[in-house]
Amino acid sequence: MSAAQRDDSVLLEARGLRLAFGGVKAADGIDLSVRRGEFLAIIGPNGAGKTTFINMTTGYLRPQGGSIHYDGEEITGLAPRAIVKRGIGRSFQLPQLFTEHTVLQNAALAIAARRGVWHPFAPLLSMSVIDEARELLNRFGLDGIRDSRADSLNEGARKLADIAMATALRPRLLLMDEPTSGVAASEKMAVVETLARVLREAEVTAVFVEHDMDVVERFSDRVAVWSQGRILALGPPGEVLRDPDVLREVIGVAAVDPSAASGAGPSREGAPDA
Amino acid sequence: MITWFDENGLLLGLALLDGLAYAALVFMVSVGLNLVFGVLRVLNVAHGSFYAIGAYAAASLGGMAGLPVWASLPVLLLAAVLVGLVLGPVIERILLRRIYAEEPVIQLLVTFALFMILEDAQKLVWGVQPVSNDVAVRWLGTVDVPFAGDVIPFTKYQLFLLPGVALATLVGLAWFLRRTLTGRVIVAVTVDREAATAMGIDAKKVFLLTFTAGAVLAALGGALASPTTSLVPGIGAQTIVLSFAVIATAGLGQIEGAALTALLIGLGRSVAVYFAPELEVVVPYIIMVAVLLVRPQGLFGAAEARRV
Amino acid sequence: MRRAEPWLALAGALALVAVAWAAPWLRFILTLALAKGIAVLGILLLLRAGQVSFGHAMYAAVGAYVVAFAAPSMGDVLVLLPMAMLTAGAIGLVIGLFITRYREIFFSMLNLALSMVLYSLLEKFYAITKGSDGIRVAPLSIAGMPMDGPMAGWVMFGTALTVAACFWWVARQYLISPMGEALAAIKTRETRLEFLGVSARGVLLVAYVLSAIMAGAAGAIIAMTSRHVTPLLAYWTSSGELVFIAILGGAGGVLGPFLGAVTYELIRVYAAAAFADIWQMALGLALLAVILFAPGGVWGVIAGLLRRARAT
Repeated sequence: MSAAQRDDSVLLEARGLRLAFGGVKAADGIDLSVRRGEFLAIIGPNGAGKTTFINMTTGYLRPQGGSIHYDGEEITGLAPRAIVKRGIGRSFQLPQLFTEHTVLQNAALAIAARRGVWHPFAPLLSMSVIDEARELLNRFGLDGIRDSRADSLNEGARKLADIAMATALRPRLLLMDEPTSGVAASEKMAVVETLARVLREAEVTAVFVEHDMDVVERFSDRVAVWSQGRILALGPPGEVLRDPDVLREVIGVAAVDPSAASGAGPSREGAPDA
Repeated sequence: MITWFDENGLLLGLALLDGLAYAALVFMVSVGLNLVFGVLRVLNVAHGSFYAIGAYAAASLGGMAGLPVWASLPVLLLAAVLVGLVLGPVIERILLRRIYAEEPVIQLLVTFALFMILEDAQKLVWGVQPVSNDVAVRWLGTVDVPFAGDVIPFTKYQLFLLPGVALATLVGLAWFLRRTLTGRVIVAVTVDREAATAMGIDAKKVFLLTFTAGAVLAALGGALASPTTSLVPGIGAQTIVLSFAVIATAGLGQIEGAALTALLIGLGRSVAVYFAPELEVVVPYIIMVAVLLVRPQGLFGAAEARRV
Repeated sequence: MRRAEPWLALAGALALVAVAWAAPWLRFILTLALAKGIAVLGILLLLRAGQVSFGHAMYAAVGAYVVAFAAPSMGDVLVLLPMAMLTAGAIGLVIGLFITRYREIFFSMLNLALSMVLYSLLEKFYAITKGSDGIRVAPLSIAGMPMDGPMAGWVMFGTALTVAACFWWVARQYLISPMGEALAAIKTRETRLEFLGVSARGVLLVAYVLSAIMAGAAGAIIAMTSRHVTPLLAYWTSSGELVFIAILGGAGGVLGPFLGAVTYELIRVYAAAAFADIWQMALGLALLAVILFAPGGVWGVIAGLLRRARAT
C-alpha cells in the first residue's frame, strides 16, 4: 500500500485474504479495516473462519493470498514472534497458560518477555517484576489467586489470566478468541466489564470473536459477521444485529442453542484451533 | 590410460550389490519401527533389540545339530516369528499399555530402559563372542553377476532372497494397510486416534496387533541378516539408530518412502565400506542430517503447518 | 525447600570430604561421582524443558579427549579444564543449532545418533585416537606444580568438588531466571512462549550449550582422574547412565544429580562385581521401577520425608 493512500485512522488492514484447508475455504477474500481505538466484534457460526483470521493476523497461519498491513507496514506471513514485537497481542480460545507455573509466574514470564528474557542470573521474580505482575493481576482481579498453579484455575480465571499475559506485552492491538466462552453465565458480564475497562485505560484496539450477542451489543463499536470465509456484514451493532440476513445466518443458530454456539466444540489442547 | 573406473569398477559393483542386500535388511527393521510409531505414537527404542534377538535366535536354531541343510531357510523365518510373537505381546501387555497416556519423555525413558534390559538379556543368553551361521547362504550358492564387462561372483541369498523378501514385505504391507479391513482400521487409528476410538474401533487390540507385527518385522530383519554377518553385542544399538535415521530421513509414516530411503542409505553405507571404511557408520547420519537441514519433515513427509 | 538447599549442599560436601578422608579408596569413586553429577546437572536442565538426551556422553567424551590430546603439551589442570569446557560448548553450539529445531523423540534420537557417530569415529581413526585401546593421559600439574601420588587424588577430588559447587550455583540461579523458567514453559506451552515474543529455540539452545559445557567439564575431570580415555566414554551406555542418574536423583532439585550420582557410584562399586554381566539390565529394571513407582527419584523420597517430618 502506498503512503499516499494511507489512512491514519486505520491500524490493521486486511486485503483479499484467502486460505483453504483441503476443500474448505476458511478465508475466501477477507477485506477488513480495523480502526484505531475501536472494539471490533467478530461473530458467525462455528467453522466460518473467525479463528483462522486471528491465526493469519498473528502469524500462526500463512495466508495463501492477500495481504495484511499493520500501522502501514506489511506483516503478511511474518513469524508470530516478529508480529508480537510490532505490538499485536493475542489471547486464545483455549487459554494457553504455563500449567506448571503459578499465576504470578505466568504473568512474570510475560512481563519478562517484554523486558528481555536473556538474563541467566537475575531471578525471574525480582522485586520490580513482582510489583508489575501484581499490579497487572490486580487490574484483572486475579491477585487473590496469584499463588495458585495455572492448571488449578476455573475457566473464567484462566481466560482472564490468558488475556492478562497478552496485555503484559503492552500491545496496541489485541486479538481475543472467544474471551467469554466457558465463563459461567453469572461471571460473564463482570469479566467483560473488567476487560473493557483495562483495555480502554491502556488505549488498546481490540478485535474479539464472540458468540454472546449481549456481550457484542454492549461492548463492541462495530461488528463483523463471518460466514463461510467471507464477511457478510459490517457495521455498528445496532444495525448489524437487526439485519434480517444476519439474523437468519448467524443469530438464528445462536438463539436456538446458545450452548452449542459458545465454542465448546472438540479441540486439542496446546495448538490454537485452525 | 587407466581410469578410476578401470581400477575400482569391480569394487563399485560389489558395493552396489552389497548395498542392495543391506538396504533390504534396513528396510525390514525401519518399516516395523515406523508402523509402531505411527499407530502407538511411541518410539520404541528397544526395536533394535528385537532385530538383535531375532538374529541370534536364528543363528542358534539354524546351528542345531542334525538339521538338514534345506531346512536352514525355514528355520530363519520360524525363529523370527517366534521371537516376535513371544516378545511383542508380552512387552505390549506388561509395559507399553501402562504408558500410552504418559508424557513423551516418560515413554522414551521406559522403552530406553527396556532396551537396556534386552541388551543384557541377549548377552546373557548368547555371550559376547561373535556368533555366526551361514548355512543358508552356502546352501543357496553364488551366481556370477555381469558388471561392466566383468563378472562378480555374489551370493544368491543376498542378490535374490533379501531384496525379494523386502519387496514382498513392501507390497504385502501396502496391500494389507490399504485393501484389508484390519489394515484400514490401523490406518484410521494412525490418522486420528480419537475419531477412530469414538467410532468403536478397539484401540487396545490394534495396538497389540501392530506392536507384535513390528516386533516380527524387526526379528525377521535380524534373522535374515544372521547368515550374512557375525553377530556381536551392540548390533541392537546400531540398528535402532540406523532405523530411526531411515524413518527420520524418509518422513514419519511413509512406507514406500522408507523403502527408497533405506536403499539410499544402504547404498551410501556400502559404498563407504569399500572406499572410506572409517566413515562406514557415519554416512547414514550425514545423509540424514543433510536431508533434515533442507527438509525438516523428511524426504517424503508432508509439510506440517508451521511449527511456531 | 529452596532455602534449606544450600545447607543441605554444604552438609553433603562436608560429608563427602569426611568420607574421602576416612576411606581413601573411596576418594577416587567420589571424584568420578561428582564428575558424573555435573554432567547429569546438564541433563536436568534439558529435562526441565521436557527433553531427554540419549547422547550427552558425547560431550563428556569431547572433554576427556581434549584432555588426552592436550595433556602432553600443556598438562595443567587449570588450563585443561577450561579448554575442555570451551571445546564441548563450541561443539554443543554447532550441534545445538541443528538439534534445537526438534523436540521429544527427534531430540532424543538425534543426540543418540550423533553420539554413535562420535563413538565410531573415535574407534575407527586409530592413528589419532588409538582406537578402542584408548589414550593414557600424560602426567598433569596444577598451577605449575606437578601432581603425583596421593596428592593427585586429593587435587582431583578438590577440583571436582569445586567445579560441582560452581555448576550447582549456576544451575540454581539459571533455573529461577527468566530463561530457566522459560525452559519449563517449553515443556508446557511452547506456542505461548512464541506468542510472547520469546524464541523457544533460543531458550533451549542456551540450555543445550550449558549442558554440553557441563558434560565437557565432567569428561575432563574423569579423564584427569582415571588418566585413561577410551571411546566407551561416548558409547550409548554412558549416555544411558547419565539419564539413569538424572531420573534416580529426581528431576525436582538441583542437588538431585549429585545425590543420584553418589548413590549410583557407591552401589556400582559394591554391586557391579556381583552383577557384572547384567549391569545394564539391573539399571534398566531400576529405571522402570523409579519411573513407574517413585517418579520423584531419591530426591523426591527425601523431600517427601522432610515434608512429613516438618508436618509432625
